[in-house]
Amino acid sequence: MPGSTRAFATTEAPTRAVARRPNRGPGRLTAAFTTAGGAAGLVLTLALFAIAGLADVVAPTDPFASVGRPLSSPSRLHTLGTDDLGRDLLSGVVHGARTSLLVALSVTLLASTIGVAVGSLAGYRAGSVDDLVMRVTELVLVVPRFFLAVVVIALFGAEVDRLILVLGLASWPVIARVVRAQTLSLVRREFVDAARALGASEVRVMVRHVLPNALPAALVVISVNAASVILLEAGLGFLGLGDPRMMSWGYLANNAQRFLRVAWWMALFPGAAIALAVLGLNLLGDAVNDLLDPHARRTPDA
Amino acid sequence: MSACYLLRRLAQVVPAVAGIVLLAFVVVHTAPGDPVLALAGEHGDAAYYAFMRQKFGLDRPLPEQLLAYATRLLHGDLGLSYVHGRPVADVVSERLPATLLLMATALTLSSAAGVALGVLAARRADRAADFVVRTGALLAHATPSFWLAQVAAITLALGTGLFPVQGLTDARRPWTGGRYLLDVLHHLVLPALVLAAGELALMTRLTRAGVLEGLATDYARTARAKGLPDSAVVRHALRNAMLPLVTVIGGRVGMVATGAVLVETVFAWPGLGQLMLSSIQTRDVPVLLGMFLLVSAAVIMANLLTDLTYAWLDPRVRYD
Repeated sequence: MPGSTRAFATTEAPTRAVARRPNRGPGRLTAAFTTAGGAAGLVLTLALFAIAGLADVVAPTDPFASVGRPLSSPSRLHTLGTDDLGRDLLSGVVHGARTSLLVALSVTLLASTIGVAVGSLAGYRAGSVDDLVMRVTELVLVVPRFFLAVVVIALFGAEVDRLILVLGLASWPVIARVVRAQTLSLVRREFVDAARALGASEVRVMVRHVLPNALPAALVVISVNAASVILLEAGLGFLGLGDPRMMSWGYLANNAQRFLRVAWWMALFPGAAIALAVLGLNLLGDAVNDLLDPHARRTPDA
Repeated sequence: MSACYLLRRLAQVVPAVAGIVLLAFVVVHTAPGDPVLALAGEHGDAAYYAFMRQKFGLDRPLPEQLLAYATRLLHGDLGLSYVHGRPVADVVSERLPATLLLMATALTLSSAAGVALGVLAARRADRAADFVVRTGALLAHATPSFWLAQVAAITLALGTGLFPVQGLTDARRPWTGGRYLLDVLHHLVLPALVLAAGELALMTRLTRAGVLEGLATDYARTARAKGLPDSAVVRHALRNAMLPLVTVIGGRVGMVATGAVLVETVFAWPGLGQLMLSSIQTRDVPVLLGMFLLVSAAVIMANLLTDLTYAWLDPRVRYD
């Protein structure tokens, strides 16, 4: 396990002392991300962030500008071809990454904030508060997010802030459940008793001692949820419900639908970008999961 | 499964349904714009607006409106479609059979193939077949259903000509009887396979994990020590994997419905997806809301059935 540090070559150099402690430390971290799957997840996710962040630099042209002959196939001039209005598809895909990531991050932030707050409250307070909070969580868990988002966008308009709000408000229950389960098991541990015995306030015990230990497990569901939000956003865009002011992968796929016979590239590349982004986040979630679960079988896999 | 548990679980359906109805009501009532303008047009006079408000109960207090709304919903009245001018319940239920056919076929395919592939991967754990199955599952899980549908339409339908590109039947040759069924099946192949692919991934991963866990138990070791053949030991382990699988199938109804809507759009399958697309384009909110309520109800029912099946399958399960 030590020595092979492909993904983290610069940041982590596991020493023998670290390697002897199997439960914590950079040794395990490195191991999780040096499996083929973990490394691929890290690289894909970092690439998504880089492309989205540097979209203006990376994209050859304005994604909405007509710059070439309509429906020209991939060439040296237009790497991924052009669409029916002569817009450069590579620029569209690059700017689509920005929209996808913006939505995924904002929804994740909103859902995680609610989920962590609700979950730790329920786990820490237990009893009737827990009962009530978990009942509400179950109610929200039932809501089909895609169909709710369709109704909300039809009523409130397709601006991206509405989409973020509705998906964020409907995505927290899974996170809350995991945080609650973690908190429930953590509050009975000795170190929490010790903190209390030392006179730490309830809030301090919760925030400084319980929460940091509950979060890693929540990270797994948070990254998987971010992946599902990317798919939802793309699906809504594909039905023509995307924000018209923003280039998105779903919009590109929607536009491609009318040209399946003549312009395969219009359908192929935006969808491939979605698949790679989602794959990256799922693999990252798997890697974090392996890192947390000491029983996880550690074999190099995809 | 005790009668007590059955009753308690059935009672949990009530708050779930109430929550969904309340959510729909709140969303509609917080939406911008005056519903009277939508009903009566922008150029009516004040008296006409007042008449319309009274006629549709819009002048009543909100709790009263909510109660009236809930009562109507419970009677199966989902309101009138703006575009079709007919009850939403009728418009939606006309499209439902095609979608149900697609979803049921896809779920059956993905469950059967998922269990088979999961067992294969578990028996060949960490070898080439396992690697191929797991990589395929990861890729299929990450692929947007509408993209897979588009790629299938380009390659398998347009490319080879083996499958029809869209529709439920061949409009040029209206078959009857057995030929009609074959025609529908022929059109069903690609949408069902595409929809199954995404679900297949999840089933495969779960089955593999469950069987591996089962194979590591004491009872599996005992079975081996007794000299049972490998396939019988795997069958023991598979039973262990079935419980989480049941839960997952039940919990996926919302996602499968979402996938179905998107796949239908690509293949012009005449189900809820087509209706949703046209309703989005015409902003036919009652129809979209009706579909949301319908899918929500389906999710609640599926969860109920899952829990009951689970309690029936696993005698250890006691909910107090």
